Amino acid sequence: MQAFALLLDTLTTTPSRKGKLTLLVDYFRTAPDPDRGFALAALTDGLFPRLPLRRSLATLLETRVDPVLYALSRDYVGDTAETVALMWPAPAISAPAERGRTPSLSEVVASLANAPPTEVAPILGDLLDRLDVRGRWALLKLVGGAPRVGVSARLAKTALAEMSGHAVSEIEEIWHALEPPYSDLFLWLTGNGPRPDAGGKPVFRPLMLAHAIEEQDWSSFAPEEFAAEWKWDGIRVQIAAHGEHVRIFSRTGDDISRSFPEIVSAFLGREVLLDGELLVARDGLVAPFNDLQQRLNRKAVTGRMLKDHPAHVRLYDLLIDGSEDLREMSFRDRRKRLEAWFAAKRPPLADISPLVPFATRDELDALWGDARETGIEGLMLKRWSSPYLSGRPRGHWFKWKRAALTLDCVLMYAQRGSGKRSSYYSDYTFGVWRELAEPALEGTPRGDIYPGHELVPVGKAYSGFTDAELLEIDRFVRNHTVEQFGPVRAVEPRLVLEVAFDAIFASSRHKSGLAMRFPRIHRIRWDKPPQEADTLDTAKRLMEQPAAENAKQAPSTD
Amino acid sequence: MRSDGIDRWLYPTPRGLYCEPADAYIDPASAVDRAIITHGHSDHARPGHGAVLATAETVAIMKVRLGEEAVGRFEAAPLGTVLHIGGVSVRLVPAGHILGSAQVVLEWNGQRAVVSGDYKRSADPTCLPFEPILCDVFVTEATFALPVFRHEPAASEVARLLTSLRRNPDRAHLVGAYGLGKCQRVIRLARDAGYDKPIYLHGAHMAVTELYQNHGIALGEIRAVADTKPADLAGALVLCPPSAVSDRWSRRFPDPVTAFASGWMRIKGRVRQSGVELPLVISDHADWPELIDTVLETQAEDVWVTHGRDDALVYELTRRGLKARALALVGFEDEGE
Repeated sequence: MQAFALLLDTLTTTPSRKGKLTLLVDYFRTAPDPDRGFALAALTDGLFPRLPLRRSLATLLETRVDPVLYALSRDYVGDTAETVALMWPAPAISAPAERGRTPSLSEVVASLANAPPTEVAPILGDLLDRLDVRGRWALLKLVGGAPRVGVSARLAKTALAEMSGHAVSEIEEIWHALEPPYSDLFLWLTGNGPRPDAGGKPVFRPLMLAHAIEEQDWSSFAPEEFAAEWKWDGIRVQIAAHGEHVRIFSRTGDDISRSFPEIVSAFLGREVLLDGELLVARDGLVAPFNDLQQRLNRKAVTGRMLKDHPAHVRLYDLLIDGSEDLREMSFRDRRKRLEAWFAAKRPPLADISPLVPFATRDELDALWGDARETGIEGLMLKRWSSPYLSGRPRGHWFKWKRAALTLDCVLMYAQRGSGKRSSYYSDYTFGVWRELAEPALEGTPRGDIYPGHELVPVGKAYSGFTDAELLEIDRFVRNHTVEQFGPVRAVEPRLVLEVAFDAIFASSRHKSGLAMRFPRIHRIRWDKPPQEADTLDTAKRLMEQPAAENAKQAPSTD
Repeated sequence: MRSDGIDRWLYPTPRGLYCEPADAYIDPASAVDRAIITHGHSDHARPGHGAVLATAETVAIMKVRLGEEAVGRFEAAPLGTVLHIGGVSVRLVPAGHILGSAQVVLEWNGQRAVVSGDYKRSADPTCLPFEPILCDVFVTEATFALPVFRHEPAASEVARLLTSLRRNPDRAHLVGAYGLGKCQRVIRLARDAGYDKPIYLHGAHMAVTELYQNHGIALGEIRAVADTKPADLAGALVLCPPSAVSDRWSRRFPDPVTAFASGWMRIKGRVRQSGVELPLVISDHADWPELIDTVLETQAEDVWVTHGRDDALVYELTRRGLKARALALVGFEDEGE
């Protein structure tokens, strides 16, 4: 348990991806089986799905910790698991030999995995007694669900790839057929066994991804070589159906089947591997992304959810049909097979992403130019002759997002970055002007730049500028600070940032009642007086009107 | 009770804790005629007093940090020697906090009060260990007075720092450490653990570090960052004020491992806020068990808490049957810890 606790603890303060990878590779190389397998599970899918942590801790604290001191400490620390780990009193018998050996990670798993709910408290108490402070913290984080240490499942798998020399896609392909503690996987990774067999269970096949189209791509672009589709504003999914087993994978290979039971049912009994877009759709109309967000990351789906936010899959590729792997075929042939398959099977809650006909670059430009008006995110361009290649191969698939919206906003707060950016104020919160309902009676406060108006935040961005620009903004922030809260500085409202974003929508995230999708700093307007920045009303006008959503209906192909 | 009435001759005022018959303030928050100073940290040792009584080391530290003329008159009192001021016996005994730090033992009319200043109980090779004194009233600090604070042994934290230096031989290790006490303790612990390369300091840390060396604390080869070519700092151990770690000053180091040596690093929220990669739990203040044990050891009936998390300490001591109260003195900080 100590090695794993040290790994988790160190990961929380290691900012760089490279640093995290090194730590993970070191751990997976040196930790024994089955500990490392359980650690892998903890970092990817979580170890214990439903332990009554809160209730068990309450029971334990009653007998072990003074309630007043606990309340004062919890207030100060701000995190229950951490507070308990830090103040857990040494057990009455202090000789380590009598307390029992420090439990290994696999012992922890064994003692908790099948514990009845009423037994969780005493088991936890015994484990806490036998661990040091770091171990106690790690244990409580584990029991509390996925430990948030900045490691994605993908990064953990990348570490396995690095440790073994296998491609990460080879690991992803078999991942969902494996189970903790992944002993067969580690045998293979360490060269001591064969590659585990997926055994006919539905598994994830790494996706083919598109590049954003760039200027130089157009010079070799020939209209007759490409198919066009609308770019849908949902999430990419892979549907793997093998008889009674149906899985829905996200683009990173996370199994999200549990959140979308109606889609699972729609594909029961089929033998197929499909690529498509998961959407929320009502009566054939695609709902805004925000509606889909309500369905994501939910372990339990209520009947109400299913009714109010119905899921739908828009299919655009067929990878495996029955037992036939089509990935070597051209997109043209796969498309024909997809249409034929769909015509024959007609699964509910699904349709096919239509091809958008075009003959010339000009026609394509016109379609793209209308994208925002028609409520479409943009276009996908797929080379007719391309096989299905996992990863992001160059020159095959392109995404051409609709032109960004922009707003002139005023910098309000700047926060220090992390890692290499830790001495730079690099994360910016910006706002737009709102007219004050009741202008201040006392005249304008000194330094009031735009009397009768206040700034309300609309978003936060930390990209889009060059290193040289970062240095300049950093200097501006330091020279115009009005208040400092830890790593955050409030600045005088003097600097106008032209912010580019894909969409703006109603949200309680910011005081303005608006939030942006994919905001980034487009230009720094040193020249622009702050009172000429945009207003909240202007920002609101950029929201997509519900009426425009009718256009989200799939344009007809025939 | 033995402690009854002590607050008639020793009591808090807006300027600080005042001993009336001696007409002296202990660590006053503003300039007074006569001050007794427990140690050289800036929230305890301020300029402008008429006369200052302190250990020889504290006097030397004040002269270096505040200037020779910072107070009207410096009086260096040898540790353990009883002085008589206005009928009050005054004695300084080691507090174990930093070089020169002392508790102030005050006796008047058969009653004894001990003002701890800041202190710790764990070993520190750069200063004399805390000496518990039996007393009627014990005036204690409470910087880390919550049961969540149980400091790691400092040597094992420095061992983690040295391990990181070995693992990242190309990256400078930038350790934020308070300039008086913490900095020299970390250096000395690194030396004791066998680290024998030159150690580099931010300019703000140079003078006090030299003072430590002049007081016979061996710190090995010390160099100023300012005198060193950036290329020579790859993989170096560098100590600087905590604020410099994320300041523009740090940009001369291409890809540093940032660290912070402080008792606050016990709390992950504080670690996140500091943004450092390598938090080191090294404190010059007593942790929770040390605070409780020390109070009990002095056998004081009445405990006065000067600054810090006084609510938890007062609660715990009251629960254990002692008299305890918060003085709520102004002017003390949670230190650049």
